[in-house]
Amino acid sequence: MLLAWSKMQQVISRRVGVHICNVSTSRSRLALQVRCMSRFADVAQAPPDPILGVSEAFRASTSPSKLNLGVGAYRDEDLKPVVLSVVKKAEAKIFSRNENKEYLSIEGFEPFRKATLDLLLGAGHPAIKEGRAAVIQSLSGTGSLRVGAAFIARFLKGSTVYISNPTWGNHRNIFGDEGVKWEYYRYFDPETVGLDFKGLMEDLKAAPQGSVVVLHGCAHNPTGVDPTPEQWAAIADLCQERNLLPFFDVAYQGFATGDLDKDAFAPRLFVDRGLEIMVSQSYSKNLGLYGERVGALVMVLKDKETATRCLSQLKRLARALYSNPPTHGARIAAEVVNDSELFEEWKGEMRGMAGRIERVRGELQRALEAKCPDKDWSFITKQIGMFSFTGLTPSQVDNMTNKHQVYMTRDGRISLAGLNSAKVEYLANAIVDSVRNH
Amino acid sequence: MSPEGRMEVLTRQLCAGQLTESTWEHVQQAPPDPIIGVTDAWRADPDPRKLNLGVGAYRTEEGKPYVLKAVREAEQQILADPAMNKEYLPISGNPEFNRLARTLALGPSSPAILQNRVATVQALSGTGALRVGAEFLSTHLPSAFPRIVYLPSPTWGNHKSIFAKAGFQVREYRYFCAATRGLDFAGMVADLKAAPPGSVLLLHACAHNPTGVDPSPEQWKQLLKVTTEGQLIPFFDMAYQGFASGDLDADAASVRLFVDAGLELVLGQSFAKNMGLYGERAGALSVVCKSKEVATRVESQLKLVIRPMYSNPPMHGAAIAARVMGDPKLNALWKEELRGMADRIKLMRQVLYDQLVARNVPGDWSFVLKQIGMFSFTGMTRPQCELLVSKWHVHLTLDGRISMAGLSATTAPYLAEAIADVMKSA
Repeated sequence: MLLAWSKMQQVISRRVGVHICNVSTSRSRLALQVRCMSRFADVAQAPPDPILGVSEAFRASTSPSKLNLGVGAYRDEDLKPVVLSVVKKAEAKIFSRNENKEYLSIEGFEPFRKATLDLLLGAGHPAIKEGRAAVIQSLSGTGSLRVGAAFIARFLKGSTVYISNPTWGNHRNIFGDEGVKWEYYRYFDPETVGLDFKGLMEDLKAAPQGSVVVLHGCAHNPTGVDPTPEQWAAIADLCQERNLLPFFDVAYQGFATGDLDKDAFAPRLFVDRGLEIMVSQSYSKNLGLYGERVGALVMVLKDKETATRCLSQLKRLARALYSNPPTHGARIAAEVVNDSELFEEWKGEMRGMAGRIERVRGELQRALEAKCPDKDWSFITKQIGMFSFTGLTPSQVDNMTNKHQVYMTRDGRISLAGLNSAKVEYLANAIVDSVRNH
Repeated sequence: MSPEGRMEVLTRQLCAGQLTESTWEHVQQAPPDPIIGVTDAWRADPDPRKLNLGVGAYRTEEGKPYVLKAVREAEQQILADPAMNKEYLPISGNPEFNRLARTLALGPSSPAILQNRVATVQALSGTGALRVGAEFLSTHLPSAFPRIVYLPSPTWGNHKSIFAKAGFQVREYRYFCAATRGLDFAGMVADLKAAPPGSVLLLHACAHNPTGVDPSPEQWKQLLKVTTEGQLIPFFDMAYQGFASGDLDADAASVRLFVDAGLELVLGQSFAKNMGLYGERAGALSVVCKSKEVATRVESQLKLVIRPMYSNPPMHGAAIAARVMGDPKLNALWKEELRGMADRIKLMRQVLYDQLVARNVPGDWSFVLKQIGMFSFTGMTRPQCELLVSKWHVHLTLDGRISMAGLSATTAPYLAEAIADVMKSA
């Protein structure tokens, strides 16, 4: 009786598309309470995030030899997370001031906004002086990209965003969730394990005028392959000719070469050419502020009036996402940048982190060359930043994980930040085994 | 601008040989946010008697922002803790915070909690919880369900923007009765009965913003019936738990009533006011589901909404809140301070009422005592409000909402004076 009723209810529900709830059939001892189906019954289990899911899998593994080369969070030589010394000092200072926790304005912490523009363009840059750089503090790189995507969705309706092939996976979802169409432009050449510059230029030339182009400011994620200064100049020329809007993703300023100014070469070049650009900045890696979610969305515009209008609209979009950004991380960042001693110390810490990564790159390359001299491993030191695109295929990657407990993303990307000298030999063996036998 | 229009612009630019025009020529100046604009105007006002009755942030008797002792203590512990680092939180946030947040809201003996069927993710305070919840519903409600949300009239201004951005059609249900400065319950019920099944129903759990008017326990029971029979999907916005009456459990009664009745619902929680964590953006989104299995799948999909929005939430506010909720000493201290804040606001209501009555300001001002929480919807007209601002330097939103938290025993007489004056003149 119960089954028949329940079945009938389900049929009705499905047909009508409406769920019938909590029908009690009788008050007798055998009162049947037919619980209705959940409204979320058809919600499918989502797959784990391809990048963040790697760390989850790593944590779940009980193997003593496991190695996490997944997410791009810096580790020291002991493979421990690092809180920068300047961050600890800044936090102590901030705390001793007993500041309040009032809402920030929608556009964020004023000293941070100023500091982030100075870092990006260089203090005293004409664009800053002329007031034509609009900036809102946002939730690290992702949050800034999202506000930028929302802005493009609203004000460049119908435009296509061009992203590199490959690129950080989340780019697709960020633009996708805002309903913005995206296409790939060629980027990585597996033959040379370098930049497919010819392909890049062809694809961007073929893009409709007025399209948006996402460019990685430095230390391309996931390949580690950056254009040369000459190539950047050619890309800037092309953007000017074809009226393409450059949207820089700057997540590694100071982290790539260890030098803040060198790493900002590309966006600065474009601005100095008179181009309008969008920039998303992250302080996750260079200040190690990962979980504090510190970043900014910058628009460099033709003039102050345009910047004012754009800022007003950026605020509106941010208001509907999170109202105003979190205070703590921005206070830390502003403290470090605006204090000359802390700023110098910070630069030293960045050089240290970039230096350690450079060193393990060299060690890994030499270990691979020794074990497998017939393959060209020079890309390991040619590539820059946290990541190396190894060229490993998905099945080779599976071997890395299943046989060697090396956790990495399936696109073949490894995070050098998660490697230390002690593990170089182990990793080299795993790579060679995977390349030779799978 | 249409794609054709843009092509015209771009062609012109090309022919001119250089880009003289901005890509963003067509972007209009957005109007200032009405609520935040009030504080901006107050800041700019040089008059020493100025009052800020705009944004809903608690102020002490001295008119100063207040950082709770429990919060300071928790922060100190966090700073001194060698195990703390700055690593990314999981996409769904601080798990301990999530567990404590939903337990705070639903009560430890809630059947939903005991049966493990609540999917909770950390969120960017109340706004973030609403946006993620709205996006989730927009994507995952059965396709036959309309994408319609019912908001009370009036409601917090940002509700409309958030749901609209998430793809919902926004409709209003009658709520505030101007004549009584109370609840138009009959109107509310009539409007909800006319709502298509599967519509989302946004409810303020307690201390309705901006009116301060809440349904009575009896009325909540009736609303439960209307919701169930109408197959509406309840989405509770709880931004003032503990702040309304001073009692955390009493303030969550409406949500718990619905959960105990076996309903699936969505709940946005903010710790901005009740823990004074405003700028740290500490909040949680919970989806109460029929089963643990459904809750697991729902959580996995919430993460897919979050990842392209901000990847993972800010750690600091949630770390503080988790300690305050989880540590017995801090928890007790917090409850004391929370009661203190709620009591001060109740006292301000009494003082303002007494001052208005003493000045024989025409009308029945008892609503000031009946309304609950930080805000009072005075029913003053727009011209009256404008005069309050321009003549008396009392800054408030032009819908007549005043924040009681911005008053003190010293300034209440001045406000009463101002109200008396504008009610006569405008």
